[in-house]
Amino acid sequence: MTVFIIRRVMQSILVLFVMSLLVFVGVYAIGNPVEIFVAADADQAERARVIAALGLDKPLWEQYLLFIRNAVMGDLGKSFVFNQPALGLILQRMPATLELAFTAMVIALALGIPLGMYAGFRPQSRIAKAIMAGSILGFSLPTFWVGLMLIMVFAVELGWLPSTGRGATAEVFGIETSLATWDGLSHVLLPALNLALFKLSLVIRLTRAGMRENMLMDYVKFARAKGLTMRRVVFVHVLKNIMIPIVTVVGLELGSVIAFAVVTETVFAWPGMGKLIIDSINNLDRPVIVAYMLITVTMFIVINLVVDVLYSVLDPRVRLADMKG
Amino acid sequence: MATVIERDGIEVVPAAPAEAPFRRFVAEFAESRLAVVALVVLAMIIVAALAAPLISPQDPYDLNQLDILDGRLPPGAESAAGFTFWLGSDDQGRDMLSAILYGLRISLGVGVMSAVIAVLIGTAAGLAAAYFGGRIDTLIMRIVDIQLSFPAILVALILLAVLGQGTGKIIVALVTVQWAYYARTVRGTALVERGKEYVEAARCLALGHGRILFRHLLPNCLPPLIVVATVQVAHAIALEATLSFLGIGLPITEPSLGLLIANGYEYMMSGKYWISFFPGVALLITIVSINLVGDQLRDVLNPRLRK
Amino acid sequence: MSTAPTLVVEDLKTWFYTKAGVVKAVDGVSFRAEAGKIVGLVGESGSGKTVTGFSIIGLVDPPGRIEGGRILFKGRNLVGLTEEELRKLRGSRIAMIFQDPMMTLNPVLRIETQMVEAVRAHVDVSEAEARRRARDALGQVGIPSPEERLKAYPHQFSGGMRQRVAIAIALINKPDLIIADEPTTALDVTIQAQILFEVQKLCRQTGTALIWITHDLSVVASLADEVCVMYAGKIVEQGTVDDVLDRPAHPYTHGLMCSVPSANRRGAPLRQIPGVMPSLLDLPSGCSFRPRCSRADGACLEPPPMAPVGPGRLARCFHPLHGEGV
Repeated sequence: MTVFIIRRVMQSILVLFVMSLLVFVGVYAIGNPVEIFVAADADQAERARVIAALGLDKPLWEQYLLFIRNAVMGDLGKSFVFNQPALGLILQRMPATLELAFTAMVIALALGIPLGMYAGFRPQSRIAKAIMAGSILGFSLPTFWVGLMLIMVFAVELGWLPSTGRGATAEVFGIETSLATWDGLSHVLLPALNLALFKLSLVIRLTRAGMRENMLMDYVKFARAKGLTMRRVVFVHVLKNIMIPIVTVVGLELGSVIAFAVVTETVFAWPGMGKLIIDSINNLDRPVIVAYMLITVTMFIVINLVVDVLYSVLDPRVRLADMKG
Repeated sequence: MATVIERDGIEVVPAAPAEAPFRRFVAEFAESRLAVVALVVLAMIIVAALAAPLISPQDPYDLNQLDILDGRLPPGAESAAGFTFWLGSDDQGRDMLSAILYGLRISLGVGVMSAVIAVLIGTAAGLAAAYFGGRIDTLIMRIVDIQLSFPAILVALILLAVLGQGTGKIIVALVTVQWAYYARTVRGTALVERGKEYVEAARCLALGHGRILFRHLLPNCLPPLIVVATVQVAHAIALEATLSFLGIGLPITEPSLGLLIANGYEYMMSGKYWISFFPGVALLITIVSINLVGDQLRDVLNPRLRK
Repeated sequence: MSTAPTLVVEDLKTWFYTKAGVVKAVDGVSFRAEAGKIVGLVGESGSGKTVTGFSIIGLVDPPGRIEGGRILFKGRNLVGLTEEELRKLRGSRIAMIFQDPMMTLNPVLRIETQMVEAVRAHVDVSEAEARRRARDALGQVGIPSPEERLKAYPHQFSGGMRQRVAIAIALINKPDLIIADEPTTALDVTIQAQILFEVQKLCRQTGTALIWITHDLSVVASLADEVCVMYAGKIVEQGTVDDVLDRPAHPYTHGLMCSVPSANRRGAPLRQIPGVMPSLLDLPSGCSFRPRCSRADGACLEPPPMAPVGPGRLARCFHPLHGEGV
């Protein structure tokens, strides 16, 4: 178990190293670092200062070490547009993105598991077929277009929900969140639904497959032979078994939801880090881009690591197999 | 069996007259009516995209044919010159139907082009990994694993942020996102095939690497490759549209469906839905029909995949 | 005896409606099981013995359906009962034990949970009382330190121990009838013997009727009182164990007896029944065993009826053997 975790951590550090090298090569070797870290309108003195700070007169490997040192110290340059440290800017926007991603995941699970269970329990029924057709649609619909349609229907035509922005936030347990006010909730609903759609389809398919597979297992027949009600068999025996793969996949998909938030945030003008990166790309605000890359890549590696370790902790059988192995 | 020839006491069953595999394939594919409909729709889309200049009511990018006074007309409205905008017009007074047909051409072109390049690169990498094994295999598959642990949109976003905008660059991004899937698929199938006796025999005959790879391994990798490629083309088209919508994909000179939708975004709020709506519908129909065809292909080719 | 037998099955027909056609998995099966007695239901896989068990406990899933006949449990016909009425009988009056102990316990629930729920599905007792009964049941089937074992997950038990847990669950509500579907097939021979012995003892003590489904004649020989031999959905021979196994009347039973390794001379090739059991979708006309039978003739083109071949013995054959022994 510990060996597994140590090996996994080492692997993650290696990936992190490789990724930092790639970003470095992208910025320093392919691009021109002076252009990337100095605004076009900066004067000669500013240019000289940056060149010295980045050590651009030094050999490439030394530049890399300096780059890493700056990154670890949290100094990833200043945003040209906001004139603030790039790292702080992104961390400032991160809660909004996490809030959106979290809400989307909750929606995907809260709707997806019951729908998937029904579709797996009565696979031949019309409702099940409709659910599955819906999930194919959910896989095929481009997120941004669905976002536009949601705005058109619920904000423009029906006028039920606001179409853009984050709305009022309130502090709960020291966290600023819009989930704590009605206004905030009304703002988060449409974007979260939009972001959830793809994962919802995924959860439906996973749950349905797990349901169908598990319903044929001997333990279900045995549980029924004990005289349990079908409700208990499905909601206790089967559900507990299908939750393990669902939790794993959903954990792994959390990263992808954060990445896809880029699209939803742009459509709904949600002030998160996804909208920031798109704006920064369009404004050529390169220090922010570099900082975003390093932060998301790190985040991803950490998420993958945590999910892997959690999975081995969650499933009693995996725990055992690992101890034997 | 109708005729059983006995030879040296061993029953020899003559091979059944080979049923043309293609005929059987078509018959199995046709079992799903939905898939056939999707295939027909897809064929129509492809023809429409190829023939866009011939069949569009208007050349949407000939400024002489546009009149800004015809801008933002709803579907079915007529222009001052008596021309009917069946799907409405955009802010420039451009016929949406024509713009969509031209946009399809660009979207499909970019999607297919990137898929073709990615298939070539991925197949080469996958075959090399499976055939040579050892360190080459470890290296290639490690890269594939790492890349697949990041979502496609993030990889594309980072690449485009570094590379900048442009048609060539978005194809590079789409290829980068896709190749790993092909590499993994091809390696998996090729590994199974490599372990079989006929490959062993070919090696014993000292046939060249190239011959074994391309005459023996590659043909067996084709069925799963086709299935993955179908799904990936749909992904590529959707991803390109998304990136173009975000303004970091295709330049404004290549108005794909994604750009058309982005163009209509600002008019959405004032209820002029058609500028975004119809290009989106075209995109949706394209992607859904490709996915449905892909689903059925997977089912038909499944016996091979299951091995 | 004056009391009615625990179970009487009369002309049971359970058919499966598949795309390829109607599979008559059980086609006219009749037998009875008495309190404190053990009935062995013997046959190859596909002979319909497991489906018979599932029919009795009401767990035949679509596309299968009980098409005809009666299942009289203590005089009450179970065919046609509602799902809820059947549920109340399952696990309380009629219990079932399955073949593979690795698959029958839910891997992600504690033994305790799986036992307590079995009690509380039928009797309204407190959690603590249900737990006490669970502990007692584990002790009854010979699981050491049951109190601690209740907390364990199934994967922490060996195969034999898991089957004991499954048997404990079956016993927990003191049922009148237990259907055991090859419960020892997946186990080691030594553990198999232990479990056989204990089950037999428990059954005699509590007066439970037991239907033991198996393909293994040696198990039946050491365990059962009565035996029913099934072939292609029908019972082909039934009687007491001693009668049937010592002097089989049906050629199929005879063939089975001959193919038991201990009945064969050491070093000689194992005698076996030629051919394989026909597909239930494509049964031969007349006697289903006809194509594999050395005694078959023109008469066997008609389906043979179940006919007496001795006191308390029935066989479905026109040309029964008469005490030729094995």
